[in-house]
Amino acid sequence: MLVSILHRVTGDGMAFLALPVLLWWLGATASGPDAYADFAAVMGSIPGIIILVGISWAFFNHMSSGIRHLVLDIGAGYEIETNRRWAIGSVASGLILTAAFWAGVLLI
Amino acid sequence: MGRRTTLDRFGGKATAIGHVRGLGPSHGGTHHWLLQRFTAVGNLVLVGFLVISLVLLPNYTYATVHSWLAHPLPALALALIMVNTFYHARLGLQVMIEDYVDTPGNKLAAILALNLAVFGGAAFGLLSIARVALGAV
Repeated sequence: MLVSILHRVTGDGMAFLALPVLLWWLGATASGPDAYADFAAVMGSIPGIIILVGISWAFFNHMSSGIRHLVLDIGAGYEIETNRRWAIGSVASGLILTAAFWAGVLLI
Repeated sequence: MGRRTTLDRFGGKATAIGHVRGLGPSHGGTHHWLLQRFTAVGNLVLVGFLVISLVLLPNYTYATVHSWLAHPLPALALALIMVNTFYHARLGLQVMIEDYVDTPGNKLAAILALNLAVFGGAAFGLLSIARVALGAV
């Protein structure tokens, strides 16, 4: 049940937060260096970075549980033990991918 | 909450096959369900491209991001992301509205506002990408 709730919350949450941030990023890039500097200042601040980390976790969590949904849609994984393992796996995968993404951003 | 569902009101009168053919109170949904999956697979590829690109970009300064977005492939991917993610979000938020907004008039108003917001948002994104990709500085 937790996985289902997280899937909905991260999905609807991204619609309200991640898409506007993405639009601001693109709009600022199209508007020029001054507008981009405003965007970079807000998103580079501590609250901005917390929002970006949250967005990235929401995406990776939603992606992981979404892939689980697609597998369930083809009719696989309904045995209780398997289902339980994949549910836990999708939450773990969301956290691991988020950590890997930020490691990649900082190191590459 | 004291609401009487369609099943409460008509459940006893329908035959078994009538229950199946009636498709519930919305009289539809297969198309919605399929498109949610199609756009999900599209997002997997497209946002995957964006995530890998963000990792590989050396920094996120204006010059770097602008010249990256001016290339045809990133511009195409972002343009498709505008269409695909906003459509996916539209379907997902519609389900949220249908689940939590009970009054028919409010439900219609919420779905109307949702449609205006997602089309407006996607159009803004497409215009911004076009401006960068087609060379306006």
